[in-house]
Amino acid sequence: MTADQFLTNVVFFLLAAVALVGAIFAVTLKNLVRSALGLILSFMAVAGIYFVLEAEFIAIVQVLIYVGAISILILFAIMLTRALMSGAESSNNSQWIGAAAIAALLFGALGAIVLGTNWHAAQNALKGDLIVKLGTELVTTYVLPFEAVSLLLLAALIGAFVIARE
Amino acid sequence: MDIFNNLFPGLYDWINALLHDWFKGAMPADVESVLVSAIMALIVAISAILFMVLMVLIMIWLERKNAARIQDRVGPNRVGPYGLLQPIADTIKMLIKEDIVPTNADKLVHLLAPLVAMAPAVLALAVVPFGKGMTPVDLNIGLLFMIAVGSIGVVGIFMAGYGSNNKYSLLGGMRGVAQVVSYEVPQVLTVVTVILLSGSMSLVKIVDAQGGWFGLQWNILALPVGLIAFVIFYICALAEVNRSPFDLIEGESEIVAGFFTEYSGMKWGLFYLAEYFNFFIVCMFGATLFLGGWQGPILPGWLWLIIKTYALVWLGMWIRMTLPRFRVDQLMKFAWKVLVPVALANLLLTSILIGVYNGIGF
Amino acid sequence: MIPLQYFLLLGAAMFCLGLYGALARRNAIAILIGIELMLNAVNINLVAFWRYIKPANPAFELAGQVFALFVITLAAAEAGIGLALVIAIYRSRDTVNVEDVNLMKW
Repeated sequence: MTADQFLTNVVFFLLAAVALVGAIFAVTLKNLVRSALGLILSFMAVAGIYFVLEAEFIAIVQVLIYVGAISILILFAIMLTRALMSGAESSNNSQWIGAAAIAALLFGALGAIVLGTNWHAAQNALKGDLIVKLGTELVTTYVLPFEAVSLLLLAALIGAFVIARE
Repeated sequence: MDIFNNLFPGLYDWINALLHDWFKGAMPADVESVLVSAIMALIVAISAILFMVLMVLIMIWLERKNAARIQDRVGPNRVGPYGLLQPIADTIKMLIKEDIVPTNADKLVHLLAPLVAMAPAVLALAVVPFGKGMTPVDLNIGLLFMIAVGSIGVVGIFMAGYGSNNKYSLLGGMRGVAQVVSYEVPQVLTVVTVILLSGSMSLVKIVDAQGGWFGLQWNILALPVGLIAFVIFYICALAEVNRSPFDLIEGESEIVAGFFTEYSGMKWGLFYLAEYFNFFIVCMFGATLFLGGWQGPILPGWLWLIIKTYALVWLGMWIRMTLPRFRVDQLMKFAWKVLVPVALANLLLTSILIGVYNGIGF
Repeated sequence: MIPLQYFLLLGAAMFCLGLYGALARRNAIAILIGIELMLNAVNINLVAFWRYIKPANPAFELAGQVFALFVITLAAAEAGIGLALVIAIYRSRDTVNVEDVNLMKW
């Protein structure tokens, strides 16, 4: 292993650890604002993981949309509903043990599949300007899903407005 | 002139060669190259931050002098010649003040908020083209990077508002989040206009594309769309960094001091610093996108960028001293009913004009 | 080179954490947080597959990234609608606890 690869590995493990710790905070903390802040931490670390994967565009979109928009929306909703859940009441429902068991089982199954499959994986050499390629593909090969998604976004915008209006 | 133009890249190469000389033979080649590039990155980062701190000290002095001049006062004049050392005296005062944390505050969030508010400005420095060959990281989506890290700052405002456990803080924080998120939309739309004009998302290429006419072919001169886009961009920039007339986050006549009501000592100082940092960065961003960045005749590139940035900074100070504050409802209406439609129409006009120009082979 | 499996394991772990959050929490917003985590985990997988595995048809070389973009868009739409619903429920029922929202549960 060269020093370069060693450094990449260290960065990956650090980011993965931060992402998982943030996710654990997000799903276990009782104080909802803190749990949303854990979610933001996790999102940022995942953006770093995309940088490790050399998908800079996705990384930046992740920061822009997840951190800049979705998390802010969640924080806003928490403040608007004052649902801080800081009282003595448990933040989990009665089926949390079952939920934990299901999640652990699913992780076991997914882990077994991931480790047991021969993926024929190899990092392809990246060539050309990926951003240009991505832009071109979005309006040629993937133009139909692209239009559908934009329509969906518009519908969601109007829907959210109508639902939340007093 | 070439000497001044290549001053900093030359310095970089010199230190780089020096470090390679030092470490050669002491360790394997691959470790050596990683180590040297890490040290060089550290040097670049530290010098960029030091540069920013210097600029902020000058800005604080300039702001106070400007305000004084407009209000027919003298302004700071006791510490150093023309009061030039006043910002340093302010810093010392802040450092020795007591740091108070409210009893029922969310202590961790309260402590981290100033750091999170500071982060975007420092991160954004990484992609600014300071001059010819003086871009710390030439990202091919540098423009998007700047917008993305800019949106992190909102989290800091929110954390300060929530973490202080004070109703004024919370109100200020909520106002701030709503304002910044709303004004981000027209700002991004005007930035898209620049992308169309320059044909790239790399800040380096955007600056290069404005290099014609002896370095005066700026995007703002692409009339009429460039000028409209610049005006909208500048209004949104003022709103994004919570400057007057959009400073109702702090609105001292309504909600004490907004999200930093409960902050004191150096934590308050960090917010103050972050505010000026962000203002400087956003002006630099405007200068890069619309005023040709480091392009310009005669003077060296990096000096041009500083001059242009300070012109925008000064404009902001002038506006702050001249205009009254918005009301909350006016603020939202202005963003969604004026700026967004105008920015969208401007974007459409830009695409049509570019299509027409390309059609007739201009 | 980091093996592909590491990314997939990270994605699986995040997905399961999100699943636990979505199933075990009582607060509607906390459930939405869990769902966002799950969508994010899926994105890690998509981008990792894009980077490591070449599709048989070269026209779909960027499919992983494009799909990740669509998932991010959908996540934004989902968060917007979901939180609008939460706020609407809070207005009419004065709670965001999903166990108390049981008017249609017969």
